[in-house]
Amino acid sequence: MHRTAFFALLSHWRRQPLQLLALLLGLAAATALWTGVQAINQEARASYDAAASALGQGTEQRLVSDGPIPRETFVALRRAGWLVSPVVEGELEGVTLLGIDPFTLPPTAASPNLQGPRLEQFVGGGLMFANADTAARLPGYNVETAANVPGGQVTADVTTAWDLLGADGFSYLVLLSPQPRGLPPLSDVAPVLSTVTEESAGDIANLTRSFHLNLTAFGLLSFAVGLFIVHAAIGLAFEQRRAMFRTLRALGLPARSLVALLAGETVLFALIAGGLGIALGYGVASALLPGVAGTLRGLYGASVPGSLTLDPAWVLSGLAITFAGAGAAATSSLWKVARLPILAPARPRAWAMASVRGRVAQAGFGALLVMVSLGIAVHGEGLIAGFAMLGSLLFGAALMLPLALDLALRSVAPLAKGVMADWVLADTRQQLPGMSLALMALLLALAANIGVGTMVSSFRATFTGWIDQRLASEIYVTAQTPAQAVALRAFLDAEADATLPLRTAEARLAGAPADILGVVEHRTYQEGWPLIESVPDAWARMNAGEGAFINEQLWRRTGLAMGDRLELRPGWALPVVGVYTDYGNPEGQAMVAQGALLARVEGISPLRFSARVAPERVDMLRAKLEDFGIPPGNILDQASVKRFSLDVFDRTFLVTGALNVLTLGVAAFAILVSLTTLAGMRLPQLAPVWAMGLTRARLARLELLRAVLFAALTFLFALPLGLTVAWMLLNVVNVQAFGWKLPMLAFPLEWLRLLALAVLAAFLAAALPAWRLGRVAPSRLLKVFADER
Amino acid sequence: MSVRCLFLAGILLCLAGVSHGQSFAGLGEDADGFAIPQPGDQFDFPTDHGPHPDYRIEWWYLTANLVGADGKDYGIQWTLFRSAREPRSDESWQSPQTWMGHAALTTPGAHFAAERFARGGTGQAGAQAKPFAAWIDDWEMAGSDTLDVITVTARSEDFAYRLDMVASGPLVFHGEDGHSVKSAEGQASRYYSQPFYEVAGEIEMPDGRIQVTGTAWLDREYSSQPLGRTQSGWDWFAFTFPDGHRMMAFELRDSENADYQSGSWIAPDGTVTQIADGTFDAQPLAFTMIGDRRVPTAWSFRYPERGVDVELTAINPQAWNDLAFAYWEGPFRFTGSHAGTGYLEMTGYE
Repeated sequence: MHRTAFFALLSHWRRQPLQLLALLLGLAAATALWTGVQAINQEARASYDAAASALGQGTEQRLVSDGPIPRETFVALRRAGWLVSPVVEGELEGVTLLGIDPFTLPPTAASPNLQGPRLEQFVGGGLMFANADTAARLPGYNVETAANVPGGQVTADVTTAWDLLGADGFSYLVLLSPQPRGLPPLSDVAPVLSTVTEESAGDIANLTRSFHLNLTAFGLLSFAVGLFIVHAAIGLAFEQRRAMFRTLRALGLPARSLVALLAGETVLFALIAGGLGIALGYGVASALLPGVAGTLRGLYGASVPGSLTLDPAWVLSGLAITFAGAGAAATSSLWKVARLPILAPARPRAWAMASVRGRVAQAGFGALLVMVSLGIAVHGEGLIAGFAMLGSLLFGAALMLPLALDLALRSVAPLAKGVMADWVLADTRQQLPGMSLALMALLLALAANIGVGTMVSSFRATFTGWIDQRLASEIYVTAQTPAQAVALRAFLDAEADATLPLRTAEARLAGAPADILGVVEHRTYQEGWPLIESVPDAWARMNAGEGAFINEQLWRRTGLAMGDRLELRPGWALPVVGVYTDYGNPEGQAMVAQGALLARVEGISPLRFSARVAPERVDMLRAKLEDFGIPPGNILDQASVKRFSLDVFDRTFLVTGALNVLTLGVAAFAILVSLTTLAGMRLPQLAPVWAMGLTRARLARLELLRAVLFAALTFLFALPLGLTVAWMLLNVVNVQAFGWKLPMLAFPLEWLRLLALAVLAAFLAAALPAWRLGRVAPSRLLKVFADER
Repeated sequence: MSVRCLFLAGILLCLAGVSHGQSFAGLGEDADGFAIPQPGDQFDFPTDHGPHPDYRIEWWYLTANLVGADGKDYGIQWTLFRSAREPRSDESWQSPQTWMGHAALTTPGAHFAAERFARGGTGQAGAQAKPFAAWIDDWEMAGSDTLDVITVTARSEDFAYRLDMVASGPLVFHGEDGHSVKSAEGQASRYYSQPFYEVAGEIEMPDGRIQVTGTAWLDREYSSQPLGRTQSGWDWFAFTFPDGHRMMAFELRDSENADYQSGSWIAPDGTVTQIADGTFDAQPLAFTMIGDRRVPTAWSFRYPERGVDVELTAINPQAWNDLAFAYWEGPFRFTGSHAGTGYLEMTGYE
């Protein structure tokens, strides 16, 4: 009995293959986007952990000082019994150069393989190790490929690092664990050192948390849009099978069994679609991961491999969310089946035909959500609150859409001239309940597109302008040795219009890693570093060593006011006299007079310079520098730095763009499903119109027109919603996630493009049902009148 | 860890041989500019108590048989290894000299071992003749230029010790004036010992401190090509007889040729008689499984020339130094024709 009943239920799908496809694809697409995003997040986290454990411990205790730690201090600590291992950290061609001592490295450290003669090459011969990607970025260096070196990092012996960085001493000492028993106190052996707990993983994980949250939010949005499709397909199948349910129940199938069978059917579909979705998700993630990896590297300096590993965690989470989604979509239908009277009339009700009252109630709930969103905007704090605000705004607005569309159609009704227009408008309103789920999905997709698009474009425009201003020097040179740096200085003084030594010290500002820039007095800085907050004579005070500028990120994070003192080093604090924008930098930064910095901090690399020169002389100077003995890789001109920066930027938002397109695609599919569904049910409404003389072709064109009208109207609602989203992204989420606020710019051309895209999507989605209507057999239309209802 | 293994390249030659024999065979055959011990070389003290950077490998190797205030047997090991990748010494961080320290404490119920590594040229590890000192991190062996009075310290996260030693006899030279031959092909090392230390000190274990007394044996050895290519490891015995005699005997196991034996019979006044190849017989009596290794931890030892016919038993059969380079090293007691204590080192059972 149950078996037969189950096959009877399944037979429905054989007769409605498109519906089956919609159900499975909808569920699969929803799962795919969700799983893909999860897979990317997982991969990134795994690689942060790998990077963190590169020196052994996930949470690493370090000894730091306010300058390089002298070699003697390291030896003194070891001789006192303290197990410490020295590390020199610096930057080489944009790659993190990690100088290590292979002899004292923690036993757990994943160091490169130094078997055989390679120790000699490593310790005495300058051999370095990096993974394949990173090694490719260091042509001309003695780099060997080693898979276990984290990306973006090149590992060398401390002596090699000293040579390449022109430095001496150590950036920090790793404190091994456990330590021997009975050691003399650290304060006796090395009083100037302090212990910090460096969560190398934690730093990156914190920085990138917002980014991953962003992705997750997108994944959820896509999933929600996908669920609209699933809900529509399941609801439709339920309505169409009312007659079958009645028959099965009349034949003696208990209601409980029927519900169980239907639930079993849902589980079956969830399994199939879930599997398909996870496979698709893997594809999506693999396609997007290189972009995401680029983003994370460019934006946060975090290194993530461009390839994906299959992790059971996200496979399971994907399946779980498929079941949850299918369950949510099927619950209301199952509940109805359970309460269905045995001999309920099998009238084919228009599915999901909501009463006006229902629509108003839904809109009321939507309005409530929007108000919640406003409440969060006023009172909420933090990134999660930002996303909660965005989420409730979007879904609240979506819930209000059907009523809003109804009102809009009603309000234009008086303008309709002629019976034909009257009928089209009325018929459109009549279709609204069936279309509303798909249109809500479209609204979400469009609003997210407008919001994110506006955010990205505003960011890009601002960033481009800012980088033009910031990168004022025509040429950037790095000497190879301190001796060469001295000669280079003299050479540039003679050849260039101005030489600006670039001096940077690593520091901890307000408890987090940061850089301190030491700048010389030159108009380049005054022109290139517009201050968004400052005191009078800010530049004069900074140049005199009497004040510090800080970047916007640090300013927002610390809440320092002008005149507040910022501790740059133990015992060295300066009042904050200005705040400058510093887009794209995940860390805090301070700017002080170079003389003051050099007087306070020892061991700053003296190798880097920028030079001002007339643009037409750049190539000549470059050639002269190469003759002077600077390797071409150490000379960067302004144009290539800009190109590099913009490239990084564009890659940053590649994934956002891709997810936008995917979401829009899912929404278009929802429209297709809804229209196909409606097509069958609408014959009774269209037959009389056809009988009165309207040709099938005309009716089909009107169907197309209606779909386009719906899309256009939805777009009109999506536009203000999207701009609100953009505003929230720029002024709330970005500030939380990145630490900077951006001006919001309008891009009407992009909106037009999106409108065209939405209309095109609706047109394409309506094309198949319309084409079918245009060719429906007259006998079928006639049959409407012959049917009993 | 890779770097440790590679650092050990030189040491392995002497201690492990065959398990890594293939890869290190080349080093064994060819001296690469390193000095090679020659018959007839004479020691020059105190200079020779210090390092010999022109030799590939070298060690300061101390073992002690101790009895605690609680009456239990204890053993300690303190070893500093020097290994050179090139026969030169410079006081830079790129020095080709590298250092490794091993320290161990054996009790009847437990065995603790720790290791340290250091690059040469930094001061983190090293050795000097005058005043005598050998150290890595805070592990140190230091004392008089004659080695007559020395103090040894070491500590790790689960044990520590400090032992004061006074020699009751002279230094002894193995082989011909310290030219100790290691194979029939003539591989040799420079090898001398101070086997007459009387020890008093304190050891510290996770469950507390204890005063100890006993005897200790210091080996000093340096070479550039100690093992033959087919020699797979060695069993090294040091006996302390109650009448003041000492005996050192080792057998280099060979995978293709006959095992090679050598040793020294040492009278209480320090007079050395060489123990010739094939004159003693050491046979395992019992094996202990340590992980998946089968290690002989009870032996029958017969040296008819001196009427020695004893059975020796490890005080702790699990005295496995589970370090980057692993081997068995621990104290034993022997009974039979004579009774006493000694130290056993077995390599090549990996």
